[in-house]
Amino acid sequence: MSKDIRIKRGLTLRLEGEAEKELIKAPRSKTYAIKPPDFHTVVPKMVVKEGAKLLAGDEIFYSKYTDQIRFTTPVSGVLKEIKRGDKRRILEVIIEADPENVYRDFGKMDAAKADAKDVKERILESGCGAFIYQRPYDIVADPADTPKAIFISAATTAPLAADKGFIIKDKIEAFQEGINALRKLTPGKVHLCVDDSSAEYLKNIQGVELHHVKGPHPAGNVGIQIHKIDPINRGERVWTVGVEDVAIIGNVFLTGEYRAERTIAVTGSEAENRKYFQAIIGANVADFIGEVSDSVRIISGDVLTGTQLSNGQHICFHDNEVTMIPEGDNYRLFGWLPFTYNNIHSNSRTSLSWLFPNKKYTPTTNLNGEERALVVTGEMEEVLPMDVYPMQLIKACMAGNIEKMENLGIYEVAPEDFALVEYVNTSKLEIQEVIRLGLDLMITEVG
Amino acid sequence: MEWIRQRLDKIKQPFQKGRKYEKFAPAINALDTFLFTPNHTTKKGAHIRDAVDLKRTMITVVLALVPALIFGMWNGGYQYYTQLGESFTFWDAIGHGALKIIPMIAVSYAVGLGIEFAFAIFRGHEVNEGYLVTGLLIPMIMPIDIPLWMVALSVVFAVLIGKEAFGGTGMNILNPALTARAFAFFAYPTYMSGNTVWVSNASEVDAVSGETILGKLAAGNEVGYSAMDMFNGVIPGSIAETSVICILAGALLLVLTKVGSWRIMLSAILGAAAMGLIFNALPSMGLEGNDLTNFPWYLHLVVGGLAFGIVFMATDPVSAAQTMKGKWIYGFLIGFFSIMIRVFNPAYPEGVMLAILLMNVFAPTIDHYVIEANVKRRKKRLEKANTQVETAV
Repeated sequence: MSKDIRIKRGLTLRLEGEAEKELIKAPRSKTYAIKPPDFHTVVPKMVVKEGAKLLAGDEIFYSKYTDQIRFTTPVSGVLKEIKRGDKRRILEVIIEADPENVYRDFGKMDAAKADAKDVKERILESGCGAFIYQRPYDIVADPADTPKAIFISAATTAPLAADKGFIIKDKIEAFQEGINALRKLTPGKVHLCVDDSSAEYLKNIQGVELHHVKGPHPAGNVGIQIHKIDPINRGERVWTVGVEDVAIIGNVFLTGEYRAERTIAVTGSEAENRKYFQAIIGANVADFIGEVSDSVRIISGDVLTGTQLSNGQHICFHDNEVTMIPEGDNYRLFGWLPFTYNNIHSNSRTSLSWLFPNKKYTPTTNLNGEERALVVTGEMEEVLPMDVYPMQLIKACMAGNIEKMENLGIYEVAPEDFALVEYVNTSKLEIQEVIRLGLDLMITEVG
Repeated sequence: MEWIRQRLDKIKQPFQKGRKYEKFAPAINALDTFLFTPNHTTKKGAHIRDAVDLKRTMITVVLALVPALIFGMWNGGYQYYTQLGESFTFWDAIGHGALKIIPMIAVSYAVGLGIEFAFAIFRGHEVNEGYLVTGLLIPMIMPIDIPLWMVALSVVFAVLIGKEAFGGTGMNILNPALTARAFAFFAYPTYMSGNTVWVSNASEVDAVSGETILGKLAAGNEVGYSAMDMFNGVIPGSIAETSVICILAGALLLVLTKVGSWRIMLSAILGAAAMGLIFNALPSMGLEGNDLTNFPWYLHLVVGGLAFGIVFMATDPVSAAQTMKGKWIYGFLIGFFSIMIRVFNPAYPEGVMLAILLMNVFAPTIDHYVIEANVKRRKKRLEKANTQVETAV
């Protein structure tokens, strides 16, 4: 029996350019990349040099301060380049792929029967530790911790996001094996949250506490679900894993191979071939979208939380979608007049867009205003379905007041939960960044 | 449009970074963004943003003020011609009022925006839109005959002490427009109260009373206006405070656009009604009231500045309470104290001004206790979780 979670506050953005539910095999990219900046706070320590020959699943670097977390290559080939930025920070590890993947053999293992210690070791040596994130802080989980529970969100609510039910429907066996493995990592429960789409495929998964989530975005965010099911207190750890990542972990046990398959939905009003692609983690975005004009923004991830890419760069580690929307670097005459430019969506009623709830919008990247001090109140609470005072928490983060942040619930939030708050904010502040900096401060001060 | 844009870009050249007038960029940017929503794109975080911005929000409030302002102009003329006993047309009345009021608005904007621009340049931030509303509110809550230099001085006080001293828009504790009125009220009481300031040129006309209704009640005089007059607003008073109908039209716009908090408005009405009812009930408890306490509670709601105050001043998001529950408490107390001050202290018939300023000061305290409840909930949950862990061990 599943338990229902109903979310009332939030905002589902209807945007033009949804991907057609048709899965096609992506062409094999020439190069694949693992980007250490995708793993916040991880300081990479390389174990191989440029020119090394690698099998898929071979370790390429590990986390300097939590050395059990290892990162492995998703494809077999030759390590082509280690791209560095300022202060020699590693930005990208680029692997030139063989025409066909050759896997390193970890050996099969029945996760349900195996010893917990062996399961953990297998997950870490295959590089699957990179899929397991911890809350608070939304960073890669420290394997030395014991989480009170593990959460998996198979609900999709983010605008133009890849449908998680569609992603997982052919990988149910691997998903179940992944769950069997994850169960060994926590003395608590493994919670699986599904929506109408994914419920169809995941309703018979064993060994999980199933929750049916209903409501507008951010209901699909795992942070909101944790908050509703089993909120995090000071000192507690909760782990989260992506839906497709559970299947990758499962495959390590089923086949003994690190098959870093990633389904990528190409979406957005400016994308031409809007379909789902069967690809591999770290693929080159150019292979999905071809030539793109300069007036288009390419985003790895969704429009609210994604990372901007230039064509030819590699898709970020965790992202299931590539979104393309028009750049909005144009001026609008008297754009501040209320009730004008109603083709731009607004959650505020100073635009008439609220009269057309079913209309699909084509948003641009225009900021639609300028940054200002926080003036308007009450708008943030409307889109954050948490028992948290968002504006007060943001101000505490800005001020770096640790006690206040802790009191106001910093452990329960992640930047992505504040994406909608950032979207509706009249003062155009970069709120996800504020929350991230607040979390960083907590990591250094509290740990 | 292209042509204007190109001209603007050319004018802006010397204001760019590293150029001669770089420091004055906020001033030129304010003018530019008044014409065009800029071409800024998202750099970090969410790639798309809502169409709303602070300019839109503030202009919506300005729009909501327009009915009351126009009525104020007409009523200014109406009261003037009526006391003289002359016949007049609609346009005569509007014309007379406009002649008095538009210079006040011009002075208020010129002085206030001058200071705002200077501070923006000095501090190196963009000009905030907050003053668009404040600058219009200040003349609207003044008596029609107030000298322009007093308007200017009140504006200077409100913007410098009421706002910039705290760090500018968004940081002020008191509502700037009410700060301006309070300044004028206490610095120049003879121009701000009494029975000759509310109707234009009343001091030059003998034997005609231009008292406000509250003034009459406090003095024990007879009120010669019907309830309908009070609701329509054809009574003496501060420029835009008299017409409840026009204020309601503005309130409707604010509530529908969600720019103004309906919670504050509703709870303030409830608070005022509650206090009014208590006073009305005094005779039944064997206490003898006076004209003010016996004035029916529903009429208390429509006379004086109460309606204008709770719709346009109490809802100022910066100086009001910020939490949902806080807004209910804040609004209720404003209504409650407005009537209390009005009745207990006839020297200050404008109780709503003082009540809002008082609650502005207490709004952070109200919020503190509302948020403290949330913090306590979190701490309690932590305690519970800890005991569970301990028993498990």
